[in-house]
Amino acid sequence: MSGVGLVWSNLFRKKVRTVLTLLSVLVAFVLFTMLRSVAVAFDSGGFGPAGVDRLQVSPKFSIIDPLLISQLREVERVPGVAAVTHADWFGGIYQDSRNFFPKFPVSPKSYFEMFSEFAIDPDQLEAFQNTRTGAVAPAGMAARFGWEVGDKIPIEGDIYPKLDGSRLWEFDLVGTYLHGDRRDETGSGVFLFHYDYFDEAKQFGQGQVGWLTVRVEDPEQAAEVASAIDALFENSLNPTRTATEDEAQREFARQQGDIGLMTTGILAAVFFTILLLTGNTMAQSLRERVPELAVLKTFGFTDGSVALLVLAEAVLLGVVGGALGVGLGTLAMMAIEPQLQQFFGLIEVTWPVVASALGIALLLGLVVGSVPALTARRLSIVDALRAR
Amino acid sequence: MAIVELRGIEKSYTKGRETVDVLTGINLEIDEGDYLALMGPSGSGKTTLLNMIGGIDHPTSGSVVVGGESLNGMSGRALARWRSRNVGFVFQFYNLLPVLNARRNVELPLLLTKLSGKQRKKNADTALEIVGLGDRASHKPGELSGGQQQRVAIARAIVADPSLLVCDEPTGDLDRDTAEEILDLLAILNREHGKTIVMVTHDPKAADHASHVLHLDKGRLSGDAS
Repeated sequence: MSGVGLVWSNLFRKKVRTVLTLLSVLVAFVLFTMLRSVAVAFDSGGFGPAGVDRLQVSPKFSIIDPLLISQLREVERVPGVAAVTHADWFGGIYQDSRNFFPKFPVSPKSYFEMFSEFAIDPDQLEAFQNTRTGAVAPAGMAARFGWEVGDKIPIEGDIYPKLDGSRLWEFDLVGTYLHGDRRDETGSGVFLFHYDYFDEAKQFGQGQVGWLTVRVEDPEQAAEVASAIDALFENSLNPTRTATEDEAQREFARQQGDIGLMTTGILAAVFFTILLLTGNTMAQSLRERVPELAVLKTFGFTDGSVALLVLAEAVLLGVVGGALGVGLGTLAMMAIEPQLQQFFGLIEVTWPVVASALGIALLLGLVVGSVPALTARRLSIVDALRAR
Repeated sequence: MAIVELRGIEKSYTKGRETVDVLTGINLEIDEGDYLALMGPSGSGKTTLLNMIGGIDHPTSGSVVVGGESLNGMSGRALARWRSRNVGFVFQFYNLLPVLNARRNVELPLLLTKLSGKQRKKNADTALEIVGLGDRASHKPGELSGGQQQRVAIARAIVADPSLLVCDEPTGDLDRDTAEEILDLLAILNREHGKTIVMVTHDPKAADHASHVLHLDKGRLSGDAS
């Protein structure tokens, strides 16, 4: 038997109590792992790696305000701008509202030139350009819904009705594309269709777009270019806010709600409860074996080593519960991530999340164990044996 | 040769504004290999005196020398180290750890030594053999009778091979027959293994096993009967 064996044996003196406490710690860390991962994904925009040379030009005050397609021409003339494209949020429902995926009307050629990391067959891109009702879908999404090139994809326009009052938009699937990342496996990504068709067929908002994406000639000049673009529209009816693509994704996420603050609030409440629960368990466990600890001291265990034994039990409880929780949370996240991805983008349990969970688990053990350890340290052999 | 030398021991506690004298003017020498029984009524100071001999309590004044080492000036840490090498304790209520089996309970004091795990286990098994419980090594305290638990506690007390055993009412929780077995075992440890034993007891029959009996009354040693 080693010191660790002694600590482990003591921890399971009351098996049911320890297992229940361990379970509550475990559940807290499952929650931590999942919520923090969602918050991290949400905060980063979660839609894949942003281009270092791309800026996003958005409406200054709200994502529901429009920009004008005519602004694109003016942006093209700003010094330092290499290329510009545009997109818009279409909304829309495919068959059932649970089949959520983003749908953007775009100009095919400029869009795929801008997002050159997306891979599309040149013939299919040409077909997309030349077919006004054409659309392309991520290959994973096509597989997910069983679409094939040549299929008609009906979408109900919940934001945009058509000129004739109907809400049924029908698109001809002319191709599929690959993101080159995990979205290809999970079937998420953006359904793209022809802006020209959208602009002429929608009931209102002609000539409007949601945002512009700009490629700058020199990424080191991105800040100056962004300022120049915003200055250009400062006193117009459609003022802009230009940011790097990365920052724009985060900004978009923040406009949905401060997920980080919400998750922090929930987790703080959970951990406060766990702190009280495990603290109570440790205090109760200490009370039950005051004479035993005194006996250890009679054998020659020092005050410090007895305190360390007690502290180690709390730390072991916290770290084992935390590690199991992180493991289970990771598995659970992997299981539900494809469903969450459409709302939060790519979600991964990152090493910083794992490290912070284990750090908190260690801290939890130290905080919970410190008072019992101090009590054990101060324990007088004579008083403890007399109390027996 | 004296293994325990107590000179001018006084011990008092303060209870509120009142000072309670527990031990007064104790002078005592215990020879190596002796088997001493300390008797006296409750509250006479027997356990306090035993605790001082075992290095778990300090006198208010006076000197305690055990095995040639003065315990008076020792820090808590030094005393702990000293106890681990020199004293084995046996208690009335055994004080075994219920979560550990007999072997592991006996092995506990050896965790403080540099012995390997294998050697610790071997020594623990030897100690259990000495007390006649070699076949109960894997039993937990809850699976043993009171007498067997006290034997395990004695094995734990001798496993580090201390020269001095201090026993506080070792038969106080046992029936007569089992108590006799325990007392016989202590006598064997004294006679055949050369352990010096200081035993506190209320029981005159238990005291009969000792080679010397001292009486304490109101904190004073009142006589020496062999």
